[in-house]
Amino acid sequence: MRLQKKDLLDIESLSAEEIALLLDTATSFKEIGTRAIKKVPTLRGRTVVNLFYEPSTRTRVSFEIAAKRLSADAVNVSVSGSSVSKGETLLDTVRNLQAMAPDVLVMRHPASGAPYFVARRLEAAVVNAGDGMHEHPTQALLDAFTIRERKGTLRGLKIAIVGDLLHSRVFRSNVRLLTRMGSAVAVAGPPTLVPPEVEKLGVEVAPSIEDALAGADVVMMLRVQKERMQGAYFPSVREYFRLFALTRARIERARKDVIILHPGPINRGLEIESAVADGPYSLILEQVTNGVAVRMAVLYLLTGAGTEVS
Amino acid sequence: MESRAFQSTLDRLASEIAERTRGLEGKLALVGIRTRGVPLARRLAERIESGTGTRPAIGALDITLYRDDLTTVGAQPIVRNTELPFALDDSWVVLVDDVLFTGRTVRAAITALIDFGRPRKIELLVMVDRGWRELPIQADYVGKALETKREHSVQVLLEEEDGRDEVVLVENGS
Repeated sequence: MRLQKKDLLDIESLSAEEIALLLDTATSFKEIGTRAIKKVPTLRGRTVVNLFYEPSTRTRVSFEIAAKRLSADAVNVSVSGSSVSKGETLLDTVRNLQAMAPDVLVMRHPASGAPYFVARRLEAAVVNAGDGMHEHPTQALLDAFTIRERKGTLRGLKIAIVGDLLHSRVFRSNVRLLTRMGSAVAVAGPPTLVPPEVEKLGVEVAPSIEDALAGADVVMMLRVQKERMQGAYFPSVREYFRLFALTRARIERARKDVIILHPGPINRGLEIESAVADGPYSLILEQVTNGVAVRMAVLYLLTGAGTEVS
Repeated sequence: MESRAFQSTLDRLASEIAERTRGLEGKLALVGIRTRGVPLARRLAERIESGTGTRPAIGALDITLYRDDLTTVGAQPIVRNTELPFALDDSWVVLVDDVLFTGRTVRAAITALIDFGRPRKIELLVMVDRGWRELPIQADYVGKALETKREHSVQVLLEEEDGRDEVVLVENGS
């Protein structure tokens, strides 16, 4: 079994076997993060460029640490302070980066599909670190890794995904992964933030957060993405909190051994109550730890594969 | 080597280790290189225990991430776990592998081991030494030395992995 891909652009094109390979490989890499010397020589001499057109702390640092733990050289380009702010087009930026022969380009962009445009024109492997409202495959992989580590499997689990579904690439990647691996997904959110025809992704739309949480093994909360909202999607923070936040009272409806995930950054007091975010069921920081192992697996498997340009 | 000879070779190797590490009980660790070094290390540890009354620590080392040919093989070897559940500092480690060939696996294993700590000594045990070294590495304990051609393939089959204990020489390689 190997990953027969030049790039990792989405979950949609991954088979269940490929997802399992990525998660299994990440399991082995997690141990490296617990060593005194957190570094192996595997990708010595390889170059990983992180090109981020949107703000990010967690994901960018996570990819950078993952690359460095594998002994690759990691270079970070952020849009402010780069030629992008001088009006350079995406294609020109990418061509210039290619001229310096990186092995992997990790890319975040506000436009859905931008990494596909780049991947077709680049010899380097491209990893989508979030494109607009489309996908964020490594986030879904680290969520699945965290769930599998605690529950042993993804098959047969009941998973509630709650919040701003409309703007969430994390949601889209997770639904594709979880349904492919045999979990049952129920979603809930304000009607204005539930995408039309979301049932077609194979999820059940619950009439309320209470219904979605009933008997859930896993609760995945999504951030309210104010930066992507140009209109009024809900009347007030207080009303959102009252109707859709994960609170201590609501979590009682889930299973006793429920685990709570959130891709971060969290809006305390908006989609999640502080006491829940910091509480015993929360694996929010464990997700961050696992993110490094998952991204190490992605870098390892992509650079191990042949790099043919299509 | 047939099964009988295989067993007596393991007996001999275990007593050689016990002999050389006498007085070091509690410091001795047998570290198998994945995949086939691991069951070999376990079997040797059992024999040493029944001889000396002290069971050496056992570990398993995955050297995939330390290989020097990852950039050229173009494949993705599966990465497995390394397990070293004992204090490596000041220990006496015997690395255990099935076949010693170019020496590159052993080089990788030593590098990997040193990333975890500073053993007092690292020794090497192999079931078969088939020659054709590409690095200045030799074994301290050898089950059997085989004259081979470069293109030959030597396989150590083990009960745990393959259902029988046997050393097989394949003339045409693989």
